[in-house]
Amino acid sequence: MLELDKIVLKFKADDHELTALKEISLHFETGKIYVITGPNGSGKSSLARVIMGIHRPGSGRVIFDGEDITGLGITERSRKGIGYAFQHPARFKGLRVADILEIAMRNGEHNDCHYLSELGLCPEDYLERPLDASLSGGEIKRIEIATLLALNPRLRIFDEPEAGIDLWSFEQLIEVIGASHRPDTTTIIISHQEKILQMADQIILLEDGAVSLHGPREQVWPVIRDSVRCACRQDCSRGGMYYVNCPR
Amino acid sequence: MLTALDRKMLRQIAGLEGDPPGAFNIRKNGQGIERRSIPGIEIIPKEGKPGIDILVKPGTTGTVHIPVILTASGLNDLVYNTIEIGESADILLIAGCGIHNPGHGEARHDGVHEIFVRRGARLRYREKHYGEGEGKGKRILNPKTVLLVEEGASAELELVQIRGVDDTVRDTKVRVEAGGRLAIYERLLTHGTQEARSDVEVDLAGDESTARVISRSVAQGTSKQLFRPRLVAHGRGRGHVECDSIIMDQAVIRSIPEIWAENAAAELVHEAAIGKIAGEQIVKLMTLGLTEKEAEEAIISGFLK
Repeated sequence: MLELDKIVLKFKADDHELTALKEISLHFETGKIYVITGPNGSGKSSLARVIMGIHRPGSGRVIFDGEDITGLGITERSRKGIGYAFQHPARFKGLRVADILEIAMRNGEHNDCHYLSELGLCPEDYLERPLDASLSGGEIKRIEIATLLALNPRLRIFDEPEAGIDLWSFEQLIEVIGASHRPDTTTIIISHQEKILQMADQIILLEDGAVSLHGPREQVWPVIRDSVRCACRQDCSRGGMYYVNCPR
Repeated sequence: MLTALDRKMLRQIAGLEGDPPGAFNIRKNGQGIERRSIPGIEIIPKEGKPGIDILVKPGTTGTVHIPVILTASGLNDLVYNTIEIGESADILLIAGCGIHNPGHGEARHDGVHEIFVRRGARLRYREKHYGEGEGKGKRILNPKTVLLVEEGASAELELVQIRGVDDTVRDTKVRVEAGGRLAIYERLLTHGTQEARSDVEVDLAGDESTARVISRSVAQGTSKQLFRPRLVAHGRGRGHVECDSIIMDQAVIRSIPEIWAENAAAELVHEAAIGKIAGEQIVKLMTLGLTEKEAEEAIISGFLK
């Protein structure tokens, strides 16, 4: 369904150039769940943004359903069935929660209440609320995910969906993402979380802008398990907001 | 007799289909053309100068429409209205002015409203400005409002001008007496070479009086906007003034909120912000399938809602 062919992405940083993605080639199949993991700064979000069309690669091609979409913008890609839930969702002065959900599902059949309640947000409390700084990090993140579910694209990308979300919502989040994945959709999740990694059909490990490991979960997980759990311990000790399988 | 164009203008400024419900006065091209009083709400033409007196008897509840339409070029319409909302009455007053300027001369309406909201009464005032027309003639609106909110009364003003009016100087002066409550919501969008200026002066004269002045605006093209809201507290009043603007293209916006206290127990706050639409907002809406232009429009219309 989606093919990345030797994607190179460079950013200008002050007086030097930074290569965020180094000739990345990947193939994503319909019906599968992919989890992209790797250290901070390894290029996970950059890769997602290249797929969505937010970043244009310096070289390489993006092929979606057999069509070269490298030259297409964000809007066209969205209309072709690609959707992205941002790691840090935008806040809007003036737009309400109901407004953004209505935009997302203007071609769909469902009602907006459905998605909010699935993510533990009572529609009566949230639909009329402004999508601004008055919402907490966890609330805006759940609304962002509800918006992607409402859009219902064939290729869904969730960028660290668990960030800022409390334990109870995290369990619900995993359930909702899993339940909404259909045989005709492809789901890509960027995450460090063990529970999310356990949802994967395939795990992709990015390090320093390159794919260092890619394969079925059963094969990749045993190799990366220790480093993921190590990162978990760091989160615990920092008192971070992530839910972690902490031994304590 | 109202033409199809007149009907369209009335729809734009007051959402009216057919005759308004309740009491009304429709003014077209400098003349009052239709008028209806109802029990408790009397509308009387002024003598010696253009305009009307609206007298609402104490305790009356109802709606009053007083739209103004200009459909001719080269008109300079000046009107004085006096509105008296009797004690404990509860009135929705829908004003507004629509200009369709077909020619190259100016079409101008200067409305002077003097409004008294007597003790314990409640007024909700809606004023929408709209302009259109094929000619190059300027569409000019200069509303002047002087409002008295008496003890325990409340007034809520919603002032909207979205596109179409070339030149506006809005002048609003309010005195709020003890226990009175005032809220002003202003929405403005200018484009092209339009200019708009809004001066709001609120005098929190009595103890426990409150005021909120919330202004939201968008300036596009090379248009210019100037906001000067001023809150003065003489007693133990509480007030909040907020000016929030989106600036685009080569527009110019000046926002000068002022708060002024003459009593140690007064609480006054002002906030003002001018900024462009954040790129991440546009990108988010584009990932939902909107074009860049559609995304911009969705953000602006949400902001001005």
